[in-house]
Amino acid sequence: MRTAKATTATVANGPMLCRQPSFWRKLWQQRQLALMSVPMLLYILLFNYFPLWGWITAFMNYKPSVPLFENEWVGLKNFIWLFEKPEFIRAIRNTFAMAAINLVFGFVFPILLALFLNEIRSTHFKRTVQTVTYLPHFLSWVIVVGIAQTIFASDGAINQLLLGLGICKTPVFFLGEGKYFWWLVGAINVWKECGWNTIIYLAAMSAIDPALYEAAEMDGAGRFTKMLHITLPGIKSTFVVLLIMNIGHLMEAGFEIQYLMGQNVVMDWSQTIDIFALKYGITKGQYSRAIAAGIFKSLVSIALMLGANFTAKRMGEDTLL
Amino acid sequence: MVHTTARRKLRKRSMFPLVNTLAMILLMFITLYPVINTIAISLNDGTDAVRGGIGLWPRVFSTKSYETIFVDESIYNAFFITISRTIIQTLINVVLTAMLSFALSRREYVLRKFITMAFVLTMYVNAGLIPNYLLLQRTLGLSKSFWVYIIPTMLSCFNMIVTRTFILGLPDALVESARIDGAGDFYLFWKIIFPLCMPVLATVALFVAVGAWNSWFDTHLYNAGKVQLHTLQYLLKMKLATTTNSANAAMTSSDAAASTTLTTPVTIRAAITVVSAAPIVVIYPFLQRYFVVGLSVGSVKG
Repeated sequence: MRTAKATTATVANGPMLCRQPSFWRKLWQQRQLALMSVPMLLYILLFNYFPLWGWITAFMNYKPSVPLFENEWVGLKNFIWLFEKPEFIRAIRNTFAMAAINLVFGFVFPILLALFLNEIRSTHFKRTVQTVTYLPHFLSWVIVVGIAQTIFASDGAINQLLLGLGICKTPVFFLGEGKYFWWLVGAINVWKECGWNTIIYLAAMSAIDPALYEAAEMDGAGRFTKMLHITLPGIKSTFVVLLIMNIGHLMEAGFEIQYLMGQNVVMDWSQTIDIFALKYGITKGQYSRAIAAGIFKSLVSIALMLGANFTAKRMGEDTLL
Repeated sequence: MVHTTARRKLRKRSMFPLVNTLAMILLMFITLYPVINTIAISLNDGTDAVRGGIGLWPRVFSTKSYETIFVDESIYNAFFITISRTIIQTLINVVLTAMLSFALSRREYVLRKFITMAFVLTMYVNAGLIPNYLLLQRTLGLSKSFWVYIIPTMLSCFNMIVTRTFILGLPDALVESARIDGAGDFYLFWKIIFPLCMPVLATVALFVAVGAWNSWFDTHLYNAGKVQLHTLQYLLKMKLATTTNSANAAMTSSDAAASTTLTTPVTIRAAITVVSAAPIVVIYPFLQRYFVVGLSVGSVKG
């Protein structure tokens, strides 16, 4: 930090220059750095920012065959159409419901697991548990859904367990009834990501000063007291940063799993905003309406992220922005 | 000394370690059961497997399913496409991420703030599925082409942030002393920073490679009509769509009716699942050291 500042200072007050070197002169001096970063900037301008231009077609009756500005302008008609369509309202409900389930499960289970892993004394055993629980993270959703369809089938392992324990008399059609869909997605997400999500918490826990635990022991604190008053507060800032990030990505609550697992019979419960957009945009060719759905999703995402960031700031926590 | 013995006594009385160990063993069982179950089904005889109820071990052992899928030419082609895209995508990502992260880690760089902001915003501002589709499909004409796997996926902001954080953690003296010796930025990057970044770049490579290996949606969207460009995961996805297991058969009569002619036996489905997951499952434990370090570094300053 110090040395970097010093360099800038020397350049700025150099004997041969009486005034601040202009922006372009500096850029010319740093042309090698520019060469290593400006092409990437152009790349994301094309692939991440240029498509935003497509948003204007949400206010048109867009047909790809017609030149862009010769399409008919329709104002907010596409948005009104969306919000008058029960299917879209259901898609919003499903997106939020599954996102909320994922958000809660995605914090509770990894933190619990990290707390328990942190208590294991044998490094060997700890590493084994970690290796095993990280595994599902690396499997693709196609594979995970394939496995889930076997496990949750009417003759699958879960039903055998339920029948064997006498919890129910007849097999449960987990995959064929809408009311189970959200929770199935939640459970499968926990299976896939819980272990992986402990990594960051374990890193935060290992950074806690051991002297704190020793001091607490001297005062007679037990295992759970230490967990509650030292370990959990120790990971609080990590938790807040992750919470803001996840709330910003709440609307991304999953697309692949719902797309792969949602069959026609459960569609009222499985269709999310993305799947809705995909169906109307690509399958039915109603681009304007699909883009309008996408805009709604993006705007809600940004609002959620800013809201979470603002709340965290008000509570005096570290924030992202 | 006194309190160590006290602690030892306390631990002797406590049931917690035992309960914790048992809970962890149960957890490992829950994690592994579905995976082992799939392997068992893939190694079971096809007609016997229809009866269901296979647990952790095949009931009637048979390697028929594997023989069947490896007779089919399409799986070799899918392997070739998947491996090619994974290698190319990973190499491009690693080099570009390292270069960009180096440039954005130099505090004196005038465009540093602007470019960093432009990248960070991409994590939150997303045009959405359809505009991206129209860009790749219509504007750039990338459908039915291998390049649709490579061109849109050359960089990720998350990987850039992780790598940049790592570079910022390296001692400044490294760069300064080389600069006094008259080294340019390219030289600095290539000879000094790049070799030092290997641990974090291993993490980036792993993330990118896993993502590339596991992706199927780009094939589905752009290359579904071109069989020679199908990836392994897409092949599996199609087999899953044509499999009717008993639960679904009962419920989705229309779907079942549509696919009865194309039904894939559960054992073959399981065998393809195993084949397409095996490379990652076998390789990843050896890389665990790297990604744990990489992810922990990145998490310090998200």
